[in-house]
Amino acid sequence: MSLVIEQIAKRFDRFPALKGVSMEAPEGCFLALLGPSGSGKTTLLRILGGLEFADVGHIQFAGLDWLSLPARERRAGFVFQQYALFRHMTVAKNIAFGLSIRPRKTRPTRAEIARRVEELLALVQLDGLGKRYPSQLSGGQRQRVALARALAIEPRMLLLDEPFGALDAKVRKDLRHWLRSLHERLGLTTVFVTHDQDEALELADMVAVMNQGRIEQIAAPSELRANPASDFVAEFLGQNAAPGVVPLRTAATRQKSPTDSRGYATY
Amino acid sequence: MTTTTAPKMKRVAMKTIPILRPRAPTDDHPLVKIALSAIAVVFIGLFLFMPLLTVFSEALAQGWRMAWDALSEPDAIEAIKLTLLVAAIAVPLNMVFGLAASWCIAKFDFRGKNLLITLIDIPFSVSPVVSGLVFVLIFGLQGWLGQWLRDNDMKIIFALPGIVLATVFVTFPFVARELIPLMIDQGKDEEEAAATLGAGGWSTFFRVTLPNIKWALLYGVLLCNARAMGEFGAVSVVSGHIRGLTNTMPLHVEVLYNDYQYVGAFAVASVLALLALVTLLVKSVLEWQFADEISATHRH
Ligand SMILES: Nc1ncnc2c1ncn2[C@@H]1O[C@H](COP(=O)(O)OP(=O)(O)O)[C@@H](O)[C@H]1O
Ligand SMILES: [Mg+2]
Repeated sequence: MSLVIEQIAKRFDRFPALKGVSMEAPEGCFLALLGPSGSGKTTLLRILGGLEFADVGHIQFAGLDWLSLPARERRAGFVFQQYALFRHMTVAKNIAFGLSIRPRKTRPTRAEIARRVEELLALVQLDGLGKRYPSQLSGGQRQRVALARALAIEPRMLLLDEPFGALDAKVRKDLRHWLRSLHERLGLTTVFVTHDQDEALELADMVAVMNQGRIEQIAAPSELRANPASDFVAEFLGQNAAPGVVPLRTAATRQKSPTDSRGYATY
Repeated sequence: MTTTTAPKMKRVAMKTIPILRPRAPTDDHPLVKIALSAIAVVFIGLFLFMPLLTVFSEALAQGWRMAWDALSEPDAIEAIKLTLLVAAIAVPLNMVFGLAASWCIAKFDFRGKNLLITLIDIPFSVSPVVSGLVFVLIFGLQGWLGQWLRDNDMKIIFALPGIVLATVFVTFPFVARELIPLMIDQGKDEEEAAATLGAGGWSTFFRVTLPNIKWALLYGVLLCNARAMGEFGAVSVVSGHIRGLTNTMPLHVEVLYNDYQYVGAFAVASVLALLALVTLLVKSVLEWQFADEISATHRH
């Protein structure tokens, strides 16, 4: 029941974004796609989520021919880089969306949905914020709403596109630990896109280093550090391996609210 | 900004022009402000308010009674009915067309997209009279489809279908123009999110896309409606001016005016103006009622 990606290639017009990507990850694995901007990470993630279509290649997951399923039948929880929350809905409605649009036969009752929303709000530590609108939340809070919304559909896999990219350094670090412990509790196969090597090495069970539409190396973090397969990998990992160094492009533009800086150690 | 720069500004201002209060960098001289406001007020009064007032006062020049009689005359009633009917057909059509066009342009990538955006503006850039003539050229008795239409016993020009066609054409851009920038700005992230959460096309449209654009849509529809009821040029060409049959309100106003029936002309014009005012009023009330929600769908 593992995730098997075989020879996935994708072009945009003439430009090859993915040039034959293959990898395997066991079920329940926390897999990081690590690479510089433009290396094709998002494209691969969107193909996994059904939002983009591969030109060639196969993907198998949970015993299914994954690419033959349309996005809405995959039950792949997707967390977008810019959150993509429904701006006209409250936080609670956002989280409930995936359940409330189910056909009547499989739709939980109103009370059941409300209970699930409360549970998820607690899980992402946003109790009491269900009535707010996305525009009334900080970046870190929006990020967690997006995660709760993705988790509400009881996803088969979790796909995260630079989920902490727009947050400031402190919040990133906190959320990182919180996400790892959440993964351990839920056991979901998770694919996590990042361009931050510290983040990838710290969080993931396996890291796939991508460069120009190819996978340079896929290995456990320790293996990657000990035996980089190419100069590119060595250089990319070495760039700022010093602990505590955070890349400058963490655009800390979003406002930070007090709740963001509280610990996430409980989960 | 203002608070941090104010002290500095003050010192400079004190030294150079001691009489004036300190001003924010974007502030203009008070005299400039007064002059600009005065110009705006005079302009609005002269070009917007006065004509409107004149319309109503001319209509009532010989008392309510005369105005009412002019309106209850059969031809006037037919004109009002026809105008409402045309708007009732043209506006929903343009709402659907406008939505469909904006949806395609904002949510999909395809060749010729910019061309399509330009094409949408054609009804605004071409004189309505020319648009009307084009319809006559196509559907008129001597037109390209004239023979075929006659053989099939169909009448488009000088009849309701022609008036509706011309109105749809002239008012097409209102909805689309209102929606396209907003929908492009909103992108397709939310629709994609809905898809990954299991939503099909319908639920996505009705629960995600439509709520995000409903205010712009409403605004476009109101503008479209105002113009549909007021359109003169294109309709004038295709209608044939048959009194009590193909005369819409604007055309009827012209006929009456040319007949020196000023009370009648201005009475019908007043109804048109009232319809437009109601439209604006509805819009303002809605904007005021839902200010929070409107700003929430624009910001994120
Ligand atoms: N929709 C698209 N149209 C055209 N080119 C695209 C599109 N999406 C991505 N690309 C290109 O594909 C390459 C890989 O993009 P992406 O997968 O977003 O990289 P990453 O997420 O690693 O930064 C980039 O060069 C990008 O410009
Ligand atoms: Mg990316």
